[in-house]
Amino acid sequence: MRIFLNDDMHEVSAGTLAAALENLGYGGRKIATAVNGRFVAAAARPRTELADGDKIEVVAPMQGG
Amino acid sequence: MSSFYGVELKSRLLLGTSRYPSPAVLERAVKASGAEVVTVSLRRESGAGRAGQAFWSLIQSMGVRVLPNTAGCHSVKEAVTTAHMARELFDTPWIKLEVIGEADTLQPDVFGLVEAARILSEEGFEVFPYTTEDLVVAERLVEAGCRVLMPWGAPIGSARGLNNVYGLRSMRAHFPDIPLVVDAGLGVPSHAAAAMELGYDAVLLNTAVAEAGDPVEMARAFALGVEAGRAAYLARPMEPRDMAVPSTPVIGKAALGD
Repeated sequence: MRIFLNDDMHEVSAGTLAAALENLGYGGRKIATAVNGRFVAAAARPRTELADGDKIEVVAPMQGG
Repeated sequence: MSSFYGVELKSRLLLGTSRYPSPAVLERAVKASGAEVVTVSLRRESGAGRAGQAFWSLIQSMGVRVLPNTAGCHSVKEAVTTAHMARELFDTPWIKLEVIGEADTLQPDVFGLVEAARILSEEGFEVFPYTTEDLVVAERLVEAGCRVLMPWGAPIGSARGLNNVYGLRSMRAHFPDIPLVVDAGLGVPSHAAAAMELGYDAVLLNTAVAEAGDPVEMARAFALGVEAGRAAYLARPMEPRDMAVPSTPVIGKAALGD
């Protein structure tokens, strides 16, 4: 199925957000996530099933004012 | 000693971490400023990217408290979701709440700000709202649960100083017990000193230090400005007068005229 991660399209097999993140290189990283505009806590990622067309946001710490 | 949501700080200067020439300069500037709180943000990162992790390691090594922001958010939904992500990422209930309403001035959307502040306060966040000097909005923010108010001095990154001294002075008089921070628009240390002379509890700035020719030296200069302004406020400045009053006594002056 196709998902959109930070606007980039990826082909992934059906599964959880945690599995998709692991496969896309985010394993062990300090990140926060949202799916379709809704925050998904780290603890909820392993039980968050993705669907075709889901829009995922992955953010990390950044400089800010 | 200033106090924000029960956290006491010796430094009255809160410093942003953006736009520095390099991470090394940022680190030295934070140290020179004496800031105990730095603002941070969050942005998209790819699976291959490592910038966010490197930045976080640097911040952790400085031993400072972080105040995450919702910079760039233009809606309540965006700001609230960003705050949720920031709370998890930075492990703090503190959030510098920005809901931007106008692109040219980056003026806060005060209607969205109050709504987002209410939602986040009810969820246990400790909200630092980036607002204007409007007293009615400030009242609504306090009613919504904010225990700190952060009115702008001038538009973000403009270096114009305190655009509305009367408004800021009124705010201080109206909220004697709420910690007030002038956030944004400061350009030089005298702007920070002026804010502190009004009785503000602290100032928050970023660009004025980061984009100075020598950010480290400017950070030190702002620390001195904040300290001078605070000391002046505590020393109770004299009232301005319309007419001159000689500072040197005239009694006993030698009679040298014709």
